Amino acid sequence: MGRITLSKVSKSFGSVDVIPPLDLEIEDGEFVVFVGPSGCGKSTLLRLIAGLEDVSGGVISIDGADATRTPPARRGLAMVFQSYALYPHMTVRKNISFPLKMAGLDAAEQERRVAAAAEVLNLTDYLERRPGQLSGGQRQRVAIGRAIVREPSAFLFDEPLSNLDAALRVGMRLEISELHDRLKTTMIYVTHDQVEAMTMADKIVVLQAGRIEQVGSPLELYRTPRNRFVAGFIGSPRMNFIEGDEASRRGAATIGVRPEHIAASAEGGAWRGRVGVAEHLGSDTFFHVHVEGWKEPLTVRAGGEVSLNHGDAIWLTPDEASIHHFDKSGLRIA
Amino acid sequence: MARNVSLQKKAFNTAAAFAVALLIFFPILWIILTSFKTEAEAVADPPSFLFFQWTTENYGVVQERSDYFRFLWNSVVISLGSTIFGILVAIPAAWSMAFVPGKRTKDVLLWMLSTKMLPAVGVLFPIVLLARWLGVYDTYALMIVVLMLINLPIIIWMLYTYFREIPGEILEAARMDGASLWDEIRYVLTPMAVPGIASTMLLNIILAWNEAFWTLTLTTVDAAPLTAFIASYSSPEGLFYAKLSAASTMAIAPILIMGWFSQKQLVRGLTFGAVK
Repeated sequence: MGRITLSKVSKSFGSVDVIPPLDLEIEDGEFVVFVGPSGCGKSTLLRLIAGLEDVSGGVISIDGADATRTPPARRGLAMVFQSYALYPHMTVRKNISFPLKMAGLDAAEQERRVAAAAEVLNLTDYLERRPGQLSGGQRQRVAIGRAIVREPSAFLFDEPLSNLDAALRVGMRLEISELHDRLKTTMIYVTHDQVEAMTMADKIVVLQAGRIEQVGSPLELYRTPRNRFVAGFIGSPRMNFIEGDEASRRGAATIGVRPEHIAASAEGGAWRGRVGVAEHLGSDTFFHVHVEGWKEPLTVRAGGEVSLNHGDAIWLTPDEASIHHFDKSGLRIA
Repeated sequence: MARNVSLQKKAFNTAAAFAVALLIFFPILWIILTSFKTEAEAVADPPSFLFFQWTTENYGVVQERSDYFRFLWNSVVISLGSTIFGILVAIPAAWSMAFVPGKRTKDVLLWMLSTKMLPAVGVLFPIVLLARWLGVYDTYALMIVVLMLINLPIIIWMLYTYFREIPGEILEAARMDGASLWDEIRYVLTPMAVPGIASTMLLNIILAWNEAFWTLTLTTVDAAPLTAFIASYSSPEGLFYAKLSAASTMAIAPILIMGWFSQKQLVRGLTFGAVK
């Protein structure tokens, strides 16, 4: 079991309110991702749940029991740190069995569980090595191994992939998702990378300045972002925002169109512009288009084979049904 | 960084380094040489450097007149005792200041260091009185406690510096893994800080071994260490340079040998925070 409920949880460091009171419900078995720009309080929120920081107010309950004042060691949660935080003086085997030793399990049971975790994580050949002799990806696996052996009620991941190179990151992302499918244990995952959030989460919590901007499934956030911040944060490349006549004509202060919801054509369309930078990715091409009289260039996704170059004239037509409308304060207009 | 240093320059630097080392080491070398002379040769003018009648007679006389091994044993007990006791107190103190610092942690650290600036004589009187009242004058217990307290600020400072190098996340990981505070210090912090703890201990043993003011004023016979042993040969009634030198050589030999074998560890420990 791993149902975690935060009610009116807040945190201040001195006179700085890092997290104003917030409520959040995390269901058992859910994969929840906290996402937001750096400094938004997502790591602090995770550390509050872990018990590594004390809350300034509110109640954290785990499986219905009040855990607000429970020390981290007794919350039954496991954590994977950004820096891996392996014990450098212990072998991989000792690292993974450390939580079991702390839990007072007998040697045979420790051995069995370490072997099982090593098997799952492809670490069997490395059990006698020390963390210093492992690559980044292997260290990450050891950190995960150390977390899974004790069968916690929930896993907490604090930006676990940000120290890995891009190729490895994609691989580990899949491994963590597979792990979740297999274990069905609650996972709370902190990242600033919205791609990780979109690909892994059952539920995304978007944070800004300690406030929860929106909670929902990846597609909910993609389709119906509650405000401009979420609209701009979720989706890659980010949504185009257009103000002025085009917006007021549609009854909004700002309208938002995602790059994939704009059709590009050399012959004709709604808006006329000139191609600035063209990014050819093979499968897709992203054009940065300057439209006369608009402050910001628009990003447009076109097929991989479209060959327009810098300075070429281009016609753009937004998909009206996919346009997002926002009022003056940035809130979504239904 | 690879640099091309010419052979001549290397030779010159080596020679210069040896010259400086000899200059610094010379007084000790002179003491050792004098200890092998007769009393007459020890005061001869001009002194002879190497070409004198070598004799080990002084060592025999010194050992005969005063029991060297008893003083040696006292030095070992006092310096090891105060070091171990000090480390046991300093590890939790340094842990708390390094990992859960409060608003006043810096002030406390500076205050502790400031106690080292107080002239020892300033507290001589109260400490002697206390020792007498408590009936612990000239005992191991008193010397261990006094020397431990004198060196504690340095031990805590050194450990604090090492502990600060240890990423807090590793200790947090231990907490998440179910370790109690004691487990965390025992299984994670201490093993990781072993190099730092070892060099702190080495330095403290040397400091305690060489400490003369308190050992001379607070001991007479039972707990008197090697400092008292040397002092007993510098009597005003006669000049016994050769015997005094023999006593000094015997007193510094153990710590010199220990320092020689642990110098790598010591230097690495002392520059740990600076270089990293």
